Amino acid sequence: MTPLRRRLLVLVTAVLLLAGVGTGLVLHAADRADRANRPQSGGPAVSTGKLTLDQKNRLTFINAAAGPHRTAVASVPSADPEAGRTASDLKCARFYAAAGTGICLQSNPGVLKQSNRALLLDADLRTRHTYALAGTPSRARVSPSGRFVAWTVFVSGESYSSAFFSTRTSVLDTRTMKLTPSLEDFSITLDGKSYRAADVNFWGVTFASDDDTFYATLNTGNKTYLVRGSLSRKSVTTLVENVECPSLSPDGTRVAFKKRVLSRTSLWHEYVLDLRTLKETALAERHSVDDQATWLDDRTVAYALPAEGKVGTSDLWSVPADGTGKPRLLIAGASSPAPL
Amino acid sequence: MYLTDRSAPAEAGTDQGRRRGLRPGVAPVVLVLGTVSLITDISSEMVTAVLPLYLVSTLGFSPLAFGTLDGVYNGVSALVQLTGGHLADRIRNHKLLAGLGYGLSALCKPLLLLVSSIGALGTVLALDRTGKGLRTAPRDAMISLSTPSGKQGRAFGVHRAMDTTGAMLGPLAAFLILSAAADGYDAVFGVSACVAVLGVVVLVLFVPARGQRDPGAAVDSVAGEARAGRTSDTGVLAADAGQEGRTGPTGVAHTRVPGPRQDAGTGRADATDVPEPLPLAGQDGESEAKAAVGKPPVRVREALALLRLPRLRALAGCAALLGLTTVSDAFVYLLLQRRAGIGDQWFTLLPLGTAVVFLLLAVPVGAFADRVGRHTVFLAGHGALLTGYALLLWAPSTPVLPFLVLALHGVFYAATDGVLPAALADIVPAELRASGLAIVGTSQALARFCCSLAFGAAWTVWGDGPALAGSAVGLLCCAAVASRVLRPTGGSR
Repeated sequence: MTPLRRRLLVLVTAVLLLAGVGTGLVLHAADRADRANRPQSGGPAVSTGKLTLDQKNRLTFINAAAGPHRTAVASVPSADPEAGRTASDLKCARFYAAAGTGICLQSNPGVLKQSNRALLLDADLRTRHTYALAGTPSRARVSPSGRFVAWTVFVSGESYSSAFFSTRTSVLDTRTMKLTPSLEDFSITLDGKSYRAADVNFWGVTFASDDDTFYATLNTGNKTYLVRGSLSRKSVTTLVENVECPSLSPDGTRVAFKKRVLSRTSLWHEYVLDLRTLKETALAERHSVDDQATWLDDRTVAYALPAEGKVGTSDLWSVPADGTGKPRLLIAGASSPAPL
Repeated sequence: MYLTDRSAPAEAGTDQGRRRGLRPGVAPVVLVLGTVSLITDISSEMVTAVLPLYLVSTLGFSPLAFGTLDGVYNGVSALVQLTGGHLADRIRNHKLLAGLGYGLSALCKPLLLLVSSIGALGTVLALDRTGKGLRTAPRDAMISLSTPSGKQGRAFGVHRAMDTTGAMLGPLAAFLILSAAADGYDAVFGVSACVAVLGVVVLVLFVPARGQRDPGAAVDSVAGEARAGRTSDTGVLAADAGQEGRTGPTGVAHTRVPGPRQDAGTGRADATDVPEPLPLAGQDGESEAKAAVGKPPVRVREALALLRLPRLRALAGCAALLGLTTVSDAFVYLLLQRRAGIGDQWFTLLPLGTAVVFLLLAVPVGAFADRVGRHTVFLAGHGALLTGYALLLWAPSTPVLPFLVLALHGVFYAATDGVLPAALADIVPAELRASGLAIVGTSQALARFCCSLAFGAAWTVWGDGPALAGSAVGLLCCAAVASRVLRPTGGSR
């Protein structure tokens, strides 16, 4: 063993070197985050403006373009998505709106604990109510009438000795303001039989226009199912296997969903399921889609894909719902689409 | 405190001088290893804390798949621990194997940046767990071997307290970085790698490079019996008795040849006025290396022969038995949340409550265990857990309930986590210390893993209340059996 002095010298050198590298990494990341908040030449035009949820023929989304309005809820005319973006002051991780009701999921990393919350919004994007969330925001939906709101978060139970994840999906009735904290309390009929298990997880709710029927993903025993549920009866029934993040078409006849194409990998392709015949149609998108798709109208679905060459940001794409055609870039640097 | 100074071997003189200034009664090696663990835990908990956020917000996929894999990793880690423990004894170099384990985990941190599929991410995290599994037993063996028998509980307490401090600082560091740099997950992983490397550097520089110590003729006799294939009960019993001679504080132990030794009695005797032949900290590395070269390597058969030591078998068996009814932390927090109606936003703070109590009590409870007997404290710790279960089952939902349950949960950790390896010091010969620690650690970890599976199933079938009631009854029975088996004066084998 070398003399203590020499070892201390090596230690001090190592500490200085590693501290230097660490500081460099943090400064680099801070600089990158800072740059993302400055407008970039060639980026889309974003301006602050009045954004309300009762404007017809507009498409809202979360703006991901670099600049001061990054992560703000913004909107463009549905007919001309490449037009200048109108951005609000509201910043969200996930957003959805319908019929004058909006839901915004926020996530702010905190020193002691993450601060995750859901904001229920009125048509003027004013917060009607705030709900603390148990974890990282994932999916959000509003029923076509605006009465029901659902959101899904990832719950990480324990950081001390082992990671442990599950999802929690909550449904809110905005008329009675009654919150169903977890769909896991609903009764489950799986393959025709009553079913109970501790490993049940729900995510990705989508509502029908009758303000009772909803569809969602049920995960249990390493399988995922499409379930049809009833809010009034507090029950769900499985329909088909290997369906995640369903999205009901405006006419209520079909469900767009992501299907895991290779087990145990994160590789999903977007499909449309006819609810009457249970026939699946693969859509023309060949990239892996990990998003809850949104129907722009009865013929087109939109979804987010990771932006090529840029880490941590996404672009919105659209594709015909009948499996024909090819994907089209809808809005660059955007996520969480919601047609008003 | 005076005991250590008096009993220290001559060659440890220089260390003794330094020890007095630092923390009385704890070998410098323990403080260095505690520092290494503290640094490494900062590094690993930084990653654990931001992983869910990173999976969802940057990689954009659901962490569910990873969650299911995690249970499997924990099982793997327990088995790797067995390998690590045996290899460390076999090559007679605990430091090398611990260093490899710490190094492997450090390497994994920058790899996190390069992977973006859940499969690759799973592989990197599995490698990280392998590193953790490899280093655990040799590290605990180094703590154990550098500490006199009567101060094992305190030494492990100091180590676990430092370890937990790191675990609490990790998330703090991660979120400070994220608040300085939004979406700076790459910076978190990079800094985590730097911190992990620093841990390895401290280990390499300040943990004395020693092969196996020469624990004396007693240990040779155990190895000798095993090597000669004489693993009959009488042979091992003789070895066990021989080992008494090594640490044996009183003449009483020698007269009680067949049967387990009186552990509590030993602790008490050590604490009063019997000189200790250990510690071996500060022993000259070169002469040790020479001693190690002269010996044939420890073989698997000898490690297996450890299982024939009645007292090791009793302790490993009891640890496993109690592990079978120890509900995993995640379930405890879930149950507590349901019972006490704790808001979702507070859920992530519950583990912090346990950690704080564990941190505060690890050293005093460890030292207390040295005085009154480690088996007693180990059992009392499970008593605290049982009380916690009872509160969860029957106590009215008052505002103090979460604090009480978390305090009892923390007491359980303080009274068991470091006390169990401490109890092994008198049982396992120095030459096979890492193997012995790994055997007990692995049996406990696998039992807890089985308990998690069973508890999940019971929850499904009967609901949370009955499942916990079942665990509580099970724990009561197991504790009753364990208290009989581990009874200080018992003749049971």
